[in-house]
Amino acid sequence: MSNKTKPFQDKKHVDTLAKAIKALVSRPLKLMEVCGTHTMAIFRHGIRSLLPDGLELVSGPGCPVCVTSQDDLDRIMKLASVKEVVIATFGDLIRVPGSSGTLAQARAQGANVEIVYSPADALGLAKKMPQKQVVFLAVGFETTAPTVAATIMQAKAMDIENFSVYSCHKLMPPALDALFQDEDLGIDGLLCPGHVSSIIGSVAYEPLCKKYKMPCVIAGFEPVDILLGIYHLLLQIKDSSPQVVNAYQRAVPYNGNPNALSVMMQVFCEKDAIWRGLGKIEKSGLGIKDAFGHFDAGKRFPFSVLSRPEPKGCLCGDIIRARANPPDCPLFATKCTPVTPIGPCMVSSEGTCSAYYRYGRHENR
Amino acid sequence: MFIKEKERMCLAVPMEVLEIKGKEGDFLDPHRAVVKAQGTKVEVRLDIVDRPPEKGDYVIVHAGFAIHTLSKQEAKKSLELFEDMVKNV
Amino acid sequence: MKTDKILLDHGSGGLATKNLIEDVFMKRLANPFLSPMEDSAVLELPPGKLAFTTDSFVIDPVFFPGGDIGSLAIHGTVNDLSMQGACPLFLSLGLILEEGLEMAELEKIAQSLAQAAQEAGVTIVTADTKVVGKGQADKIFINTSGIGIIEKGIGEIGIDRASPGDVVIVSGYIGDHGASILLARSGLPFESQILSDSAPLNTLVDDMLKCVPSGVLRLLRDPTRGGVATVLNEIAQASGVDIKIQEEQIPIRGEVQGVCELLGLDPLYLANEGKCIVVVDKDYADSLLSVMRRHKFGKNATIIGHIEEKAAHQPKVLLQTNIGGLRIVPVLTGEPLPRIC
Repeated sequence: MSNKTKPFQDKKHVDTLAKAIKALVSRPLKLMEVCGTHTMAIFRHGIRSLLPDGLELVSGPGCPVCVTSQDDLDRIMKLASVKEVVIATFGDLIRVPGSSGTLAQARAQGANVEIVYSPADALGLAKKMPQKQVVFLAVGFETTAPTVAATIMQAKAMDIENFSVYSCHKLMPPALDALFQDEDLGIDGLLCPGHVSSIIGSVAYEPLCKKYKMPCVIAGFEPVDILLGIYHLLLQIKDSSPQVVNAYQRAVPYNGNPNALSVMMQVFCEKDAIWRGLGKIEKSGLGIKDAFGHFDAGKRFPFSVLSRPEPKGCLCGDIIRARANPPDCPLFATKCTPVTPIGPCMVSSEGTCSAYYRYGRHENR
Repeated sequence: MFIKEKERMCLAVPMEVLEIKGKEGDFLDPHRAVVKAQGTKVEVRLDIVDRPPEKGDYVIVHAGFAIHTLSKQEAKKSLELFEDMVKNV
Repeated sequence: MKTDKILLDHGSGGLATKNLIEDVFMKRLANPFLSPMEDSAVLELPPGKLAFTTDSFVIDPVFFPGGDIGSLAIHGTVNDLSMQGACPLFLSLGLILEEGLEMAELEKIAQSLAQAAQEAGVTIVTADTKVVGKGQADKIFINTSGIGIIEKGIGEIGIDRASPGDVVIVSGYIGDHGASILLARSGLPFESQILSDSAPLNTLVDDMLKCVPSGVLRLLRDPTRGGVATVLNEIAQASGVDIKIQEEQIPIRGEVQGVCELLGLDPLYLANEGKCIVVVDKDYADSLLSVMRRHKFGKNATIIGHIEEKAAHQPKVLLQTNIGGLRIVPVLTGEPLPRIC
């Protein structure tokens, strides 16, 4: 194990925190995490098994791939069917269903789909294949959007004609606001995302915390980070003193990263967006500004797609708000399974419904 | 010789900067850092980093781009802060 | 007539085919069974039950650090027989060549096949070569089928024989092959090379079977596609048991761990081509371990966990993590890595 991660995986620290957490839980509590990397880290290290009965960690809409709407997927599938188009995408998106299939299925039927790890890779593809139209599927929150913005600016500076971006970018704070508006919200505290916070800063959570009296703690991804974050949330809950605590100082400045935000807002502007399972959330998405309209795949390939309603009955909205459990959903384990997922809770490989389906109520309990 | 970074989205560990290449604001020769990563060296873009790093600094990386710089001292200090937080549990 | 590339003519069955077989294969693989080039090899087998297996190899890239498709094709089939407690004896070799394949590459692969067969002590007794047009195969695909004999006295070995209390051993470092291939494909420059662990396990298994009484060794399985996690889940399902392993005990090279961190992979799901998972009666675990460690391919054999009564309706594999947490090791879902073997 590298020296750098030693203190963050120290078993003694883990034990101390596990004990302290246990002592702070005297009634059933639910904490929400909204970061795909947190979801995976919690699973990978078996964090839930160290938490006392009564303390539940709920997976919020922290996986940007999983909350990509059916409408967006339908438009993407239409793009994929254009002969000279090469779709460049982050891997997980190929499993997300549109109303008539997934990108993986389109690929099996001859669509040109390439997996990339960075928007810069997608631009590289365009340079390598001048006879093709590379369309990059921009999925992600405030950590990824600035990287895509920089790539679009680079494409413009280099006059690359065969590159465009289909933006599915979404913003975290408006989604949190929409979730927390619910009076029946079953969430007692928010474990804030790691690297999104590097960009938006801990300051971004202050309005949410104030408006909804929601305890907020920003935590890193190592096991001790996560347990420390949970511990601080429980402290706030016990003292009824909701505030924003930054337990990830090494990566998150108070004001975030103004440079990244500025780059992002040079290329993108806020727009309404549809979140799979949650519906339309105002000003929660990013669209490409007119100044860079040439690189907007939606404008370059202007076909309309009939908007189909998402399968009726999906309870993801309630499950994410900790108001319902997977078996309450009529689609769970019938129409909606890990192989044929419908809502984000099943699309995410460690989402609430996916985990419930594969492991039962709680892991190892 | 060093190729663009191909990695999964979020690498949590701050990576040490070995070399700086390219020019700030020049998209034809983009500003980038060669960083040490798990037994290999990768290049990361510096377009959106909060503060341009120097050799010996550390950066947090996402999707091939540095998103945060911390100097050796800052890294040390934040580790101390962290250990304090844990001690006070 | 020597050419530097495979042509369709080489698959026609005529003179070009004959020359190809002689120049490339017979030169390296000649033996009393193969050389007469009969339609079938006629074999006399020692007494015992016959084990029979087949495997096809479509690995990309064809040449990788630590081996190539030729050595892999021998090791894979030899190991499948060994995992059943059989002594591998005879192999068949089927090759599908893409028009345009470099002759030099084919010669290299033929050499690897010959060397690997010799090292493993098996004979290729029958073979076939076909050529398909450019683009209809990717360089070369190989199929090897193999037969072996399970000697009398070797206890029953089966995936359904794991029993609560048994110990789970892995014969060495995991993830080497998968990491080596993925690294080769990613093009990332790595400070230290990761070699595939491709190796024949028959002599190791032989040592193991000889050192314990019949029936004590419940099962052997080589964790190829899908890795250790997949094999453990298969065992749990077939035997109707839970399996608990310790993350701290799992032997993984630092470089492999590093590649996994970088590429976002879990080493438990990476392919291995020279390792086996062993489930053994706990009273014989230590003696088996020392025998394994004396063998070239078992030097780093380690106990990684044990078999338990299944706690719920569905059998499951549990992992105690480095920080003391407990989690399930799920069955592989999503896109497994293509053409890994």
